[in-house]
Amino acid sequence: MEDQQYTAASYKSDQSVRWCPGCGDHAILNTLHKAMATLGVPPHMTAVISGIGCSSRLPYYMNTYGFHTIHGRAAAIATGFKNANPEMTVWQISGDGDGLAIGGNHFIHAIRRNIDINIILFNNKIYGLTKGQYSPTSARGFVSKSSPYGTVEDPFIPAELCFGARGTFFARSIDVELATSQEVLVAAARHKGTSVTEILQNCVIFNNGIHNPITDKAVRADRTIHLRHGEKMLFGKDNNRGLVQDGFLLKAVTIGEDGYTIDDVLVHDAHTPSNFLHQQLAMMDGETLPLAIGVIRDVEAPCYDEALTEQVAQVRAKKGFDTLRDMILAGETWTVE
Amino acid sequence: MLEKTNLKVLDKVVVRFSGDSGDGMQLAGNIFTNVSAGVGNQVSTFPDYPAEIRAPQGSLSGVSGFQVSVGQNVHTPGDRCDVLIAMNPAALKQNVKFLKPGGVIIVDIDSFKEADLKKALFTTDRPFEELGIKAQVVEVPVTSMTKAALDGSGLDAKAVLKCRNIFALGLVCWLFDRPLDSALRHLHNKFAKKPAVYEANAKVIEAGYNYGNNIHASVSTYRIESDEPKPGIYTDINGNTATAWGLIMASEKCGRPLFLGSYPITPATDILYELAKRKDLGVKAIQMEDEIAGVCSAIGASFAGNLAVTSTSGPGLALKSEGIGLAVMAELPLVVIDVQRGGPSTGLPTKTEQTDLMQALYGRNGESPVAVVAAATPTDCFTMAFEAARIAVEHMTPVILLTDAFIGNGSSAWRVPDADEYPEIKVRKVTPDMIAAGWRPYQRDEQSKVRYWALPGTEGAMHRLGGLEKDFVTGAISTDPANHEKMVLTRREKIARIADNIPELEVYGAADSDTLLIGWGGTFGHLMTATDELAAAGKPVAFAHFRYINPLPANALDVIRRYRRVIVAELNTGMFADYLQSKLPGTEILRINKIQGQPFQVAEIVEQVTNYMTQSL
Repeated sequence: MEDQQYTAASYKSDQSVRWCPGCGDHAILNTLHKAMATLGVPPHMTAVISGIGCSSRLPYYMNTYGFHTIHGRAAAIATGFKNANPEMTVWQISGDGDGLAIGGNHFIHAIRRNIDINIILFNNKIYGLTKGQYSPTSARGFVSKSSPYGTVEDPFIPAELCFGARGTFFARSIDVELATSQEVLVAAARHKGTSVTEILQNCVIFNNGIHNPITDKAVRADRTIHLRHGEKMLFGKDNNRGLVQDGFLLKAVTIGEDGYTIDDVLVHDAHTPSNFLHQQLAMMDGETLPLAIGVIRDVEAPCYDEALTEQVAQVRAKKGFDTLRDMILAGETWTVE
Repeated sequence: MLEKTNLKVLDKVVVRFSGDSGDGMQLAGNIFTNVSAGVGNQVSTFPDYPAEIRAPQGSLSGVSGFQVSVGQNVHTPGDRCDVLIAMNPAALKQNVKFLKPGGVIIVDIDSFKEADLKKALFTTDRPFEELGIKAQVVEVPVTSMTKAALDGSGLDAKAVLKCRNIFALGLVCWLFDRPLDSALRHLHNKFAKKPAVYEANAKVIEAGYNYGNNIHASVSTYRIESDEPKPGIYTDINGNTATAWGLIMASEKCGRPLFLGSYPITPATDILYELAKRKDLGVKAIQMEDEIAGVCSAIGASFAGNLAVTSTSGPGLALKSEGIGLAVMAELPLVVIDVQRGGPSTGLPTKTEQTDLMQALYGRNGESPVAVVAAATPTDCFTMAFEAARIAVEHMTPVILLTDAFIGNGSSAWRVPDADEYPEIKVRKVTPDMIAAGWRPYQRDEQSKVRYWALPGTEGAMHRLGGLEKDFVTGAISTDPANHEKMVLTRREKIARIADNIPELEVYGAADSDTLLIGWGGTFGHLMTATDELAAAGKPVAFAHFRYINPLPANALDVIRRYRRVIVAELNTGMFADYLQSKLPGTEILRINKIQGQPFQVAEIVEQVTNYMTQSL
């Protein structure tokens, strides 16, 4: 499958990138270019569709077919695109405001239908392009220009929405984790059906450091865990901490302490159909349990565009017509001489 | 037998079936229509649904009606009916106003018991007297005759009662000499998967037909003249189906697959139903999660290279506005169908109106011109859906097609066109030669100002579109003030130049009259009939009907300027009149308006035009 004739540069457009210096979007763009080169899908067979927001400018920086659309609607537009032209590989770029606020309905329904598109959700927990209002992923009490006394509402956790909509693929990365981002984006594209990849991204202007409690170099190893299918759920600076089952819940332990051995540590199974454990893993927030990055869930399920194409073929094979006239003449008609 | 006395030879008759919304009046009416079309009559129908899905049985709000005119020169379902079938007192009460003087009423007398009269809020046990009915009333025991016909059939009581409508249909078929075998064929198709139900209905329709033959009574009756229709193969079609089929024809003629993104809404949902069925022709029709997703999925499909359509009614069009603006900016082909209903807001969902014209023309942010066309009759929905698609593809623009509840639900006999009766649709595809010569996404054809369609999957034609303003030359994002103005004027000019690619406006009737009657969209039948009646009454007028609204046909304003008296008749407070007035500042435009959720009546047009004609100029 992999075609070495494409490099990251093959997917770069000639437009100069206009994001703020230091914005996490730059890193995500670069890893996407690299992931595409790894995948080897030709640029002319790739479409990148976005909504509105800082991250949604991304299609302009791609040498692919691209469409920078309207606020919140990228998932609906990508749905139409993929069904109309299933040969194309389709990526959707949305931020937390675009994808989960104004576009929340399209987000969950695209996932429910399991359209074969790859949604990259840039989560900076703020509205950047409109200059700093709280977003549907901002924490309760978050102070912003539109919540001067702090918000009085709870945030969405994107993974929870994804699983609520019966999502078949969920992965997470952090803008600064270049290798992880590339790894999960490649897996996302190889997944058949809707993939949701949440990338925690830093808005250097309006929400600088929002992810620092987890992503700071000093704490990252202890506050994140990189999940890989078939591997033990280990983390920590010395890779000596692990996740174990504690009743129905998860618990972080240190190997060799409290009687826990490596054998107690869970092995990650991203392919198991039940999302029970996947949801628990995805809900870990980096406080008592480490935030999970990597591919958390990746299961096979029928995807809509393929089912639609198949249904059309089946109907046509059984009682198809070549032309409208043939179809009409097969129905109730009468002839006037 | 029922003596067919007072025989009248008419060029057309109007029959109105009415009953409870569960009584199957639409089915009886539809079969009568199809049978009449099959013997060479022109037909025009008007299903008048109640707003409620199932109001209490026998109540006034639960009455469902179906009016059909059959015969010669039929352009409308008729103002009033010659024969009214009323299956219960509520139907009689609600519909007696639609009866012509000298008309006949047929009632199911079995359902005129005390309790039935109460449900319909009669205060006496003499309903005909109470309503002041002077017309001939034929009292037929429809319910008991239906039960008798199905005695021993094994059907339960509920299933038996469901056949009452077909007994009434049998009687009406007898009254108008309709061939029973044709009606049986239609019933057979309807109940193809339920042989027991077909058998029962076949028995009942014959019972109804024979009842007319066997009972001694007297009823006015009619012989209907048949036309000499154009030879060919015919079928019965309603406006919404015609719309769906017109799109399929356009898809064949442009070689692009047909995609529909839609969301259920009365009275447009039948278009989604029909296209969802047409997987047998390769159509992809998707029921999306909302109206916005409907238009947005269509925009995505258009970007992907399909002939893309979204279908809706007024409230849905409001939700789609931002999406349509995106297609204006991205210059992608998109067909938006608005089957208009009474508004504003939820308004009168099952009733007809022409009140979305301004929304179609102007209901978007920014300078956002789109092409707007309107269908004139149920069968014209086919042609105008084709035209909407042709204009969208050939001019790379959204096109809004306005139909309405009246023509969308109404049906007519329709000659199935040969494929070569419709032109090829030219797709301006980006070609390898153009790419080699340095093609840019917003490069335009000089004459038409149309940009080219780069189909995804084409090597070398990767490009980025979007809602942000684009540079005239490179297509990159641009905030340059002069460039923006140039792009606004270019998009406007592109729409204006569609006038070079549409037919000129025709004038019907007395072209040399000093009075011009103007209509647009679904009022054609009523205005055409009014034009004929005015001529017959010695007041000939010219009549021009608009199906291309934006841009107007190239000759339209010159045509209008030829007349001293210009009257625009429309089912709103004067939207098209205002639109024309803005283009004809020196012309006084007179108006005939109706906003009752109902079509015009020919008589009211004739009266109001006559009034205007008696006023000095």
